[in-house]
Amino acid sequence: MTASESYPDDLLYHAEHDWARIDGDEAVLGVTWYAQDALGELVHYEPPALGATIGKDASYGEVESVKAVSDLISPLSGEVLEINQKVVDAPETVNEDPYGDGWLIRIRMSSPDEREQLLDRAGYARVLEAEA
Amino acid sequence: MSYLSLTDADREAMLATIGISSVEELFRDIPPGVRYARELDVAPALTEVELQRHLEELASKNTVDEVCFLGAGIYDHYVPAVVDAVLQRGEFLTAYTPYQPEMSQGVLQAIFEYQTAICELTGMDVSNASGYDGTTVAADACFVAKHATGRSKVVVTEATNPQVRQVVKTYAPGFGLEVVEVPHEGGTTDPDRVRDAAEGAAAVIFQQPNFFGILEHAPELAAAANDAEAMPIAHVDLVSLGVLEAPGNYGCAMAIGEGQSAGNAMSYGGPHYGFLAARSDYIRRLPGRIVGETVDAAGDRGYVLTLQTREQHIRREKATSNITTNQTLLALAGLVHLSLLGPQGLRELGETCMALAGYAQGRLAAAGLEPVFPEKATFKEFAVHTGRNAREALGAARAQGIYAGYPLGRDYPGLDDALLVAVTEKRTVEEIDRLVEALS
Amino acid sequence: MKLIYEKSQAGRRGIGIPKPDLPVPAVPPELARQEPPRLPELAEPEVMRHFTALSTRNFGIDTGFYPLGSCTMKYNPRVNERLAGLPGFAGLHPLVEDDAAQGALELEWNLQEILLEVTGLDAVSLQPAAGSQGELTGLMLFRAYFADRGESETRRKIVIPDTAHGTNPASVTMAGFEVTHVKTDARGNIDVDDLRGKVDEQTAGLMLTNPSTLGLFDENIEEIRDIFHGAGALMYYDGANLNAVCGVSRPGDMGFDVVHINLHKTFAQPHGGGGPGGGPIAVRDLLEPFLPAPVVVKDGATFRLDYDRPKTIGKVRAFSGPFGVFVRSYAFMRSYGPGLLEMSEVAVLNANYMLARLKGAYDVQYDRLCMHEFVLSARHLKKEHGVSALDVAKRLMDYGFHPPTIYFPLVVPEALMIEPTESEAKETLDAFCDAMIAIAREAAEDPEIVHTAPHSRPVQRLDEVRAAKQPVVRFQFGGHPARQS
Repeated sequence: MTASESYPDDLLYHAEHDWARIDGDEAVLGVTWYAQDALGELVHYEPPALGATIGKDASYGEVESVKAVSDLISPLSGEVLEINQKVVDAPETVNEDPYGDGWLIRIRMSSPDEREQLLDRAGYARVLEAEA
Repeated sequence: MSYLSLTDADREAMLATIGISSVEELFRDIPPGVRYARELDVAPALTEVELQRHLEELASKNTVDEVCFLGAGIYDHYVPAVVDAVLQRGEFLTAYTPYQPEMSQGVLQAIFEYQTAICELTGMDVSNASGYDGTTVAADACFVAKHATGRSKVVVTEATNPQVRQVVKTYAPGFGLEVVEVPHEGGTTDPDRVRDAAEGAAAVIFQQPNFFGILEHAPELAAAANDAEAMPIAHVDLVSLGVLEAPGNYGCAMAIGEGQSAGNAMSYGGPHYGFLAARSDYIRRLPGRIVGETVDAAGDRGYVLTLQTREQHIRREKATSNITTNQTLLALAGLVHLSLLGPQGLRELGETCMALAGYAQGRLAAAGLEPVFPEKATFKEFAVHTGRNAREALGAARAQGIYAGYPLGRDYPGLDDALLVAVTEKRTVEEIDRLVEALS
Repeated sequence: MKLIYEKSQAGRRGIGIPKPDLPVPAVPPELARQEPPRLPELAEPEVMRHFTALSTRNFGIDTGFYPLGSCTMKYNPRVNERLAGLPGFAGLHPLVEDDAAQGALELEWNLQEILLEVTGLDAVSLQPAAGSQGELTGLMLFRAYFADRGESETRRKIVIPDTAHGTNPASVTMAGFEVTHVKTDARGNIDVDDLRGKVDEQTAGLMLTNPSTLGLFDENIEEIRDIFHGAGALMYYDGANLNAVCGVSRPGDMGFDVVHINLHKTFAQPHGGGGPGGGPIAVRDLLEPFLPAPVVVKDGATFRLDYDRPKTIGKVRAFSGPFGVFVRSYAFMRSYGPGLLEMSEVAVLNANYMLARLKGAYDVQYDRLCMHEFVLSARHLKKEHGVSALDVAKRLMDYGFHPPTIYFPLVVPEALMIEPTESEAKETLDAFCDAMIAIAREAAEDPEIVHTAPHSRPVQRLDEVRAAKQPVVRFQFGGHPARQS
């Protein structure tokens, strides 16, 4: 059961179709509804290692569908604290609930000021219009 | 031209539908500066009768009636008639890659059966649908090892086929890989030397039986690689795997090789097929096509190309390989041959080769042509001292209708008097007796 | 249909092996096989029947129309099979001394001469086993050339259009270069303005197919040549679409320095369910010293393999190449002679005829005559009726055709890339166009039948998601997942 199209207000967005939910000095990251729709049903999630350092705008892992593979682009820099095992075991969770159960990793931000460079819902909506 | 259906009437009708008045107009977008204005300077067209005559004449200029004791990677094994009959089925011969599975269940299931056979023979969990040949699969395996381990060095034994080593060295610079060779000692490889060389290496490639036909201490070579946390990769002979242990059962991470001995004519070097199999850990890193089983909309079993996200048409510059066209038809030939043999037939094939090769070695030694590497167990091939320049010995033997073997001095210094002699199940005791006479 | 392993019965054999009255040397116990491999055990009639049954579940060019774009699925002449099987070819060991292989070497030489004439270049290596291996070899030649000139640190980039086949960027990575993308303009040509800014002294070269994967000849090819050669860079021609231009335009004249030819496309080597192929390369003389070894040389009336090549990049495949493929392709070329021009003319005529018949029912992105192939878009079917290019492809199967290539090139949404080749009769082209038009109508009137196609194949639409998520890549014997049929 794929989710219906939505882009929550309480998230920050990256133009490569990734989102971040800020939680104190930590952040939870995932991919947007647009990303999971473009890929189709996900069949594989390749997460980073726990404790790994990831960089803003760099790839931290991959998701795959049958017909495509996509780098996961990090909106923020930081240290990987937690990986969502549910998505590793059942990648289609991302299609069903990209912003809730389908979260991908939790990080401790190393440069919280980077959030200033991310898009709000309206900014991301403009990115989507340009893609169409 | 009998391969074209187009008649004048067809042409008229088609030009009219397109809305142009001549075939020449079809090429109006081509800049005049690059338009080829002459007739192609090639010989006139031949009818089928003339074509057959011409090709038969060329074929007659090749010498194939000297009894073949030549091996060195390609072998004169018997190809059963059923193999040819299956390969000539137009639905296999003229089919494309099975990207549309509902049109291609025949090829897909055959590849699945081939993958199963390769896994069974090598003791591995996953096989691809074939690589180009026994040399390029070694390069493929290096690419897998580099990405799996993050290391940039590979170790190859000197007793591995020289062309395999050459191809690995040709691919290595583009992969950013350093290649280190471990010399042989008395025809085999010392596991301690391998362990030392494998420090910081992604993989160790060794051949079993090796290029000299000798059985290496394969489990110890694999252990030496594993001790250094390098991936042991065994380059093996499919028709030996009825009598020799499977690499997966003695610690190897991958098994590769040239499949020609199972099902393919020698054909002056190709087309043949390379096989590549690995432990399940490496499935997502494997190059080449992989067929998987699934169900259709009615719940019936079917086959599809799977894990295609590894491949070039999806992953493009990050693909595990650029390979697209592979060697499916030749791998199918291998599957058919192995299916006719069964486990008992494969065992007998190996034993017959060993029996005849053992007889040849014994008779040659008795005639004063000593083994180059004495006291070493061999499979279907061995190196023998000819007592003179090996090329001269070969020439003398050929004059008596015997192609006695491969001059090892081409590839190994100090072995200018040595011939590598291969004996397959096609050879007879009488032919071996003639070989001994021709070399004495 | 059962797997061959499911038909196996202990004790059956499909072929006997001679057993000489000689002792069998013992294999050292630590090296000996412990458990026999579980290969099938069937008698010969059952083996023959199994593979025959498999073949009937497959579709080949012999079965029907196979219009896969950029694959050139032309008729595979049967005489070529007979000729490749002549004992003088099939029974020849690749390592025999050159005097024993004069017929094979002469054939290779003659094949090279024809390739030089068709490509307009100076030297050939027959060694690469497939087009993508030809690509990699060509890029290795680039690297060797620049290293020879002391430019290997600077020349890092290869320019590739966004319409390129996936093998091109994959080959670039394997050769140790970096990809720079260039856009395609509204006429379907490389966007020359975009290109100019991307070619400089850090560029090693261009990889291009011409005509492109859109089936269009690049009208600016001469300017592109000047840009690359002017910057000291080289040009690589992907020969996948050579069927459009034999005798019409030569890659060497277009400015290309290396060309790979797909013998299994242009020159009728059968595809065999995925291979074998042949990917020989032709090069301009400035790259000749770096060719893989050995090279076929003619000395008066005799031929030999020359291994003495001090600047060679090495070896990309064993021996001189896939010889059996050469026999078939050479025979095909000799059957046409200079008539290879007519082959290309008919290929282009057939494609334009189909494009003219289909452009009403499907979207066409570029308002030009095509070459040997063309790309349609099912975009409006998707938008108005929810019927995708995939659905159209599956429904074509019910009409008795193999589908065209879909979702490629990437610049056209819901793409259907169609290449008829020259060996199809007009009635076949008409029947296919009628089917495409009928399916477009079905999309409006009865989309469900298109969504759930195919209905008339041995299997229905297959679950590829499941195959990727739970890979089952071999028969598991006792533990194989249970399924129907």
